[in-house]
Amino acid sequence: MSQTAPKTEPKVAPKITPELVAEHGLKPDEYERFVALIGREPTITELGIVSAMWNEHCSYKSSRLHLKTLPTTAPWVIQGPGENAGVIDIGDGLACVFKMESHNHPSYIEPHQGAATGVGGILRDVFTMGARPVAALNALRFGSPNHPKTRHLVAGVVAGIGGYGNSFGVPTVGGSVGFHTRYDGNILVNAMAVGLAKANEIFYAKATGVGNPIVYLGSKTGRDGIHGATMASAEFDANSEEKRPTVQVGDPFAEKLLLEACLELMASGSVIAIQDMGAAGLTCSAVEMGAKGDLGVELDLDAVPCREEGMSAYEMMLSESQERMLMVLDPAKHDVAEAIFRKWGLDFAVVGKTTDTLRFVVKHRGEVMADLPIKELGDEAPVYDRPWVESAKQPVIPPQAVNAPMTNGEALTALIGSPDLASKRWVWEQYDHLILGNTVQTPGGDAAIVRVEDGPKGLAMTTDVTPRYCEADPVEGGKQAVAEAWRNITAVGGLPLAVTDNLNFGNPEKPEVMGQFVGCIRGIGEACRALDFPIVSGNVSLYNETQGRSILPTPTIGGVGLLDDVTLHATIAFKAAGDVLLLVGETKGWLGQSLYLRDICGREEGAPPPVDLAVEKRNGGFVRGLIRSGRVKTVHDLSDGGLLVALAEMAMASGIGLALDALPGGLPAHAFLFGEDQARYVLAVPAREAERILAEGKAAGVAVSRLGVTGGDALTLPGEAPISLNGLKERHESWLPGYMAGQIG
Amino acid sequence: MKAAVIVFPGSNRDHDVARALRQAGATVVSVWHADHELPAGTDLAVLPGGFSYGDYLRCGAIAGRAAIMDAVRAHAARGGLVLGICNGFQILCESGLLPGVLMRNADLHFVCRRQHLLVERADTPFTNRYARGQVIDVCIAHGEGNYAADAETFARLDGEGRVAFRYCDASGTVTREANPNGSFSAIAGIYSERFNVLGMMPHPENLIDNLVGGTDGRGLFDSLVAGLRTAA
Repeated sequence: MSQTAPKTEPKVAPKITPELVAEHGLKPDEYERFVALIGREPTITELGIVSAMWNEHCSYKSSRLHLKTLPTTAPWVIQGPGENAGVIDIGDGLACVFKMESHNHPSYIEPHQGAATGVGGILRDVFTMGARPVAALNALRFGSPNHPKTRHLVAGVVAGIGGYGNSFGVPTVGGSVGFHTRYDGNILVNAMAVGLAKANEIFYAKATGVGNPIVYLGSKTGRDGIHGATMASAEFDANSEEKRPTVQVGDPFAEKLLLEACLELMASGSVIAIQDMGAAGLTCSAVEMGAKGDLGVELDLDAVPCREEGMSAYEMMLSESQERMLMVLDPAKHDVAEAIFRKWGLDFAVVGKTTDTLRFVVKHRGEVMADLPIKELGDEAPVYDRPWVESAKQPVIPPQAVNAPMTNGEALTALIGSPDLASKRWVWEQYDHLILGNTVQTPGGDAAIVRVEDGPKGLAMTTDVTPRYCEADPVEGGKQAVAEAWRNITAVGGLPLAVTDNLNFGNPEKPEVMGQFVGCIRGIGEACRALDFPIVSGNVSLYNETQGRSILPTPTIGGVGLLDDVTLHATIAFKAAGDVLLLVGETKGWLGQSLYLRDICGREEGAPPPVDLAVEKRNGGFVRGLIRSGRVKTVHDLSDGGLLVALAEMAMASGIGLALDALPGGLPAHAFLFGEDQARYVLAVPAREAERILAEGKAAGVAVSRLGVTGGDALTLPGEAPISLNGLKERHESWLPGYMAGQIG
Repeated sequence: MKAAVIVFPGSNRDHDVARALRQAGATVVSVWHADHELPAGTDLAVLPGGFSYGDYLRCGAIAGRAAIMDAVRAHAARGGLVLGICNGFQILCESGLLPGVLMRNADLHFVCRRQHLLVERADTPFTNRYARGQVIDVCIAHGEGNYAADAETFARLDGEGRVAFRYCDASGTVTREANPNGSFSAIAGIYSERFNVLGMMPHPENLIDNLVGGTDGRGLFDSLVAGLRTAA
């Protein structure tokens, strides 16, 4: 789309030309399909409505066929995909409500507001269902640190996420930040929110009852964000920054009021159905509520609270102004409901009613501006089985084929201060991660832990994906993303329960990109099935391309797990000198696609490490059992950078050094220390406990081996000069602040 | 001990401080900003952390003029206890109950981290369970915590011993590096002339539990509850 739509409807209805159709992001055959559906030429408002409903962002037209293959059920799943957020049962009459969503395109154009409204949107998704948000997480990917815009984008996105979440009052407890040149023109901002509700008091979008009032709640409608969802469904070109006016502006203060008012309203028993106005605002929310309830909806736009004078029906239907909700109200409770919203100083207006016509009718100034079949707007949206090609297999790189260009100590020092592995403290200290007083594990661990109310339970949460693995082998990469999230939850003692996914890819009309999508979905599905880790909510973000170059395939996995007794958890910091270090899992020295190969040897190549889901499950179950029985307090999962990076992180977190025993023979030392084999954990335990665990591992068929002992103020590798812990920490902590201050790169 | 936690639109640590007060044995009632009276028998009025009115205009400026603030001022004038934490401290400054102002952090970033505080005196209703010169570990979470006042005001605060807490390092030394926001003289909290009003930027209410970071914040709430018990 190269032009935005006219700001006001001309007196004479514009002619629907092929150009106008194209500007709305509809393909000629999609437009023909719509005309056939309604049996006449649409009005401009109707064209706007269908463009919103049938764009990629809202209709999932390229992804739907493949998403259907994902596992979405388990005995503990209360609500899978299709509602505002997924819901799982965590016992004691409580439910955990969560979802992740992207705000990639807007965040590139206007990083602060783009990221802020991403957080706002996902929080709204969670409290629309009756849950109070208790944690926020995110997954961020930026371009190369050398790209001229990266610093500005990092600063804006971090300030936007912090500014919104801090003011709203939810702790931002976890996330990931990565850099790669393939995100130079398309950064990723994936925001996840987690809330708690009573399991029998979940609110849904499905309208019931004919003639019930439809109420508009929250902030007023303005001209911001018109066509935001259409923008998110197109590639960027050189003029993308001209789209800044389509980015919405967030107001966390209004959202906080909306949260309190909505929860109070829900408790009053007046809500029949509720839906947040997210992408494509009033259009999507009204259509979804009616269609889900097999009801028609009639809206009278004269009643919509507007921020600006003279807004047209077209603009009101497509506005993406933030902090708004639509609700079907129990008419008997009208006065109670209105009083609650007036108390919080928010707009409350009856803007329509449910009907038995199955039509979506929009009136403005006494005229019918749209009259469309409501079910078909959703159900008859195009679905594409887009052509795809399998990604070419990359060669397996044997450990012996990689020479070490420097000592292992030097390589560790370099890696620990590299953009992807350097401490992200500069980021998470700008997020209030302590509010609500339940943050048991702050950012910097394997998974965040938040106590459930006053305990004893706790939630473990994480976001994970390794995009370079997905690029090299979409199926294995998809599996690995799920396995890593599962492993991170396991490493703190949580039982992984369910997943929200945020699938970020390039242009699905390109068979290679579609092949990446299909491959990742297959891998994700396999892993979720094998690990009893169903997907309960998610979001797809396609067209992450600029001038024909796509991002790395990035299917972010947001995992949630449960700790029955939150006091029995593990952290990465060593607890004492003299503890024995144990490695759980087998090390083959897999250097293909490792950070060592990329950042130390300058080779971004090879097949990524394969994921054996049965081994994951066995090793993870073994480690989790040790944590949950209170025998093990110190665990770290192995991922980017491999064993030595994990050990260094454990040492830096505690200020206690370590000495490794002689390394096992048969493998080059650097492959053992930096290989990224999967299904592995490091444990630190008192010596007597170590003996028992070694024996139990043997009995259970889990590979457990002794690595060395904790102690001292350095990392000592056999045959190398000790690596000072202070020096390592200095490098680890200094890269990001230095970079942001313009002193590096 | 009866504590009234004032809820403004945008308050978000009201539940946290209520939890800390209850844990210390206080009875807690929540009071809406548009009310004109504190509940009968209120011993302590609490202005909680948050972003009242979205921090629009200036932090605390709108809340400082809320209907309930006349009642809070009257309560303070009678010698009643008032505690303002973070946004509550900003509101106290904006409402004239405490001198000075809280400006943007020197590095212009919001900062959330653990922070050591030096307890300047232990003979007030807020700190009697601490020792003078004790170093406590609490948390901070603010974007506008940079305390400033004119030289005359500061001389009075210092001369009258009204600095409640200073930012310091783990050893209790007040250093530039340990000051997270550029506050003048590392001030983290101050008292009113009669020591019955305390405004502080850090959050003792989030450090009341060993599982969640530690218990150094408890002393403040225990002091308030114990002090009143003795007085009664």
